[in-house]
Amino acid sequence: MRETLTAYLLISPQMLGFIVVVLIPLIAVLVLSFTDSNLLAPDARPVGLDNYQTMVTEDPAFWRSVVTTGIFAAGLVVINVAMSLFLALVLHRKLRGAQLFLALAFLPVVTSQAAWAIVWRFLLQGEGGTVNSLLSVFSISGPNWLFEAKPALAAVTVVAALKTVGLKAVIFLAALRSIPKEAIEAARLDGAGEWQVHRRVILPLLAPTTLVVVIITLIGSFQVFDYIMLMTNGGPSHATTVLAFAIYQQGFELMRTGYASALAVVLFVITLGLVAVQWWARKEWVHSE
Amino acid sequence: MSDQTSGRAARLRPVALRVLLYVLLVLAVAPLVFPFLWMASSALKPPAEIFSYPPRLIPQHVAWENLSEVFRLQPFARQIWNSVYIAAAVTALTCALSLLSGYAFARLRFPGRNLLFFLLLSALMLPAEVTLIPLFKMLRLANLVDTHVPLIILPVFGATGVMATFLIRQFFQSLPPEVEEAAQLDGLGRLGIIWHIAMPLARPMLGAVAIIAFLASWNSYLEPLVFLNRVELFTVPVAITAYTDATGHPLWNVQMAATAISTLPVLLAYVLARRQITDSLAHANSR
Repeated sequence: MRETLTAYLLISPQMLGFIVVVLIPLIAVLVLSFTDSNLLAPDARPVGLDNYQTMVTEDPAFWRSVVTTGIFAAGLVVINVAMSLFLALVLHRKLRGAQLFLALAFLPVVTSQAAWAIVWRFLLQGEGGTVNSLLSVFSISGPNWLFEAKPALAAVTVVAALKTVGLKAVIFLAALRSIPKEAIEAARLDGAGEWQVHRRVILPLLAPTTLVVVIITLIGSFQVFDYIMLMTNGGPSHATTVLAFAIYQQGFELMRTGYASALAVVLFVITLGLVAVQWWARKEWVHSE
Repeated sequence: MSDQTSGRAARLRPVALRVLLYVLLVLAVAPLVFPFLWMASSALKPPAEIFSYPPRLIPQHVAWENLSEVFRLQPFARQIWNSVYIAAAVTALTCALSLLSGYAFARLRFPGRNLLFFLLLSALMLPAEVTLIPLFKMLRLANLVDTHVPLIILPVFGATGVMATFLIRQFFQSLPPEVEEAAQLDGLGRLGIIWHIAMPLARPMLGAVAIIAFLASWNSYLEPLVFLNRVELFTVPVAITAYTDATGHPLWNVQMAATAISTLPVLLAYVLARRQITDSLAHANSR
């Protein structure tokens, strides 16, 4: 009994703060999504499902942003995981200078997203931008990266993916170190070459870690805001407007907080779905091993 | 004879493989390092050289005045101070709260323990954008918009604080409780145990929590963008984006100088405490 009281006292500062900062806003966003709430108007009137109806039937930008979010997230996960897995596999081979490479790859991880976005925006300037200048050395004339639809989406995806490669590489390296040497030795004794050892032994043993990294990266990719805001401002003509950015734009630039709340609910539901998939996948994985 | 050649091939192939791996490594790491070099170089270029062709890493004329421009165009020293004290407050509060609740979730038995912990964890999955609009309306009602209060309470009670609690709880679960039980027999109360025994034991994990909390606050951009209006209240990530001319076009050299100044302390801290920072962030992100 006393223990219960002590426990509640100890967790109460955080729980109360959590209720105010997370739980109430989460319920409030659902409520707001059924109103015509506007940042400039004092009161909000209930409008039923109007916001959702507008979203699905009248706002072409909504479906576009859903598709853009999907492309962005998929691209980010593939680039990020492929690069970090590659780095980890190579650096695990005890190459001379491996620690230095790893430290260098980690520099963007400690940097702010804002700084990373601004520097890349600078590098990707169309006229005289550094990336295009370097490309022209190879006689490639680069596009005006941030002002053409497809290059812009590709650019923000790659820039966002690069930022955390070092972090994921460290996570993969830790998993690689925990692989028992005997498993690899046994495969070598059976005559497996480097390629086969990687394909048949190392990668399957890395699968659970890979799953975790993919899920974390995927869920993280749905809240990416800084790169979009600072590199393209959602453009050109909405080509890089992901859902998270659309919420900000509708809510804080166009002041349509009711409609933005409906978008936020959609983002929340998508995230919830991913979390459910993650649980299911982890369970399946544990059982199949 | 054939044995010899195959032996040589076996020796040669690792060398070729090694070279290939180094080439691929450099290609993979280049886009992660190059932006820093170019940022530093552009921070010291006069405007005329910023987009000069062919691009040069070393400026022909070093424009030290870019650095003074950073402080002339905005109250940058004040903005750095804002970031420092907000991050320090977030760090201290996160450590304190997560120690209390992390310890309680790990060591004490009470009804609803798992349910409440599970509820907390949901904050880790929640995109910040989802709750931002109601938070803004609530904090505006409380007259806290355009103050630093939101920038302190949001991370402390939101995802950063929850992550910290998760790590502290995990730490105590991996620790045998005998030491604390002995202290209890000696007549020390719960708070005494936390203060005299649990906190010193948890020091390495609190260090990790401090690193995570400080970096999360120092690097955050969306919340200061939404909650701050006055330039003198800006934190560094918002400030470095605001070096523009009258038409809103970025003053690239000044902006790069400001970005370099803002990045330098973090990179320096990383060089000094590489192991600690790497492990903390990797640990927090692979739960």
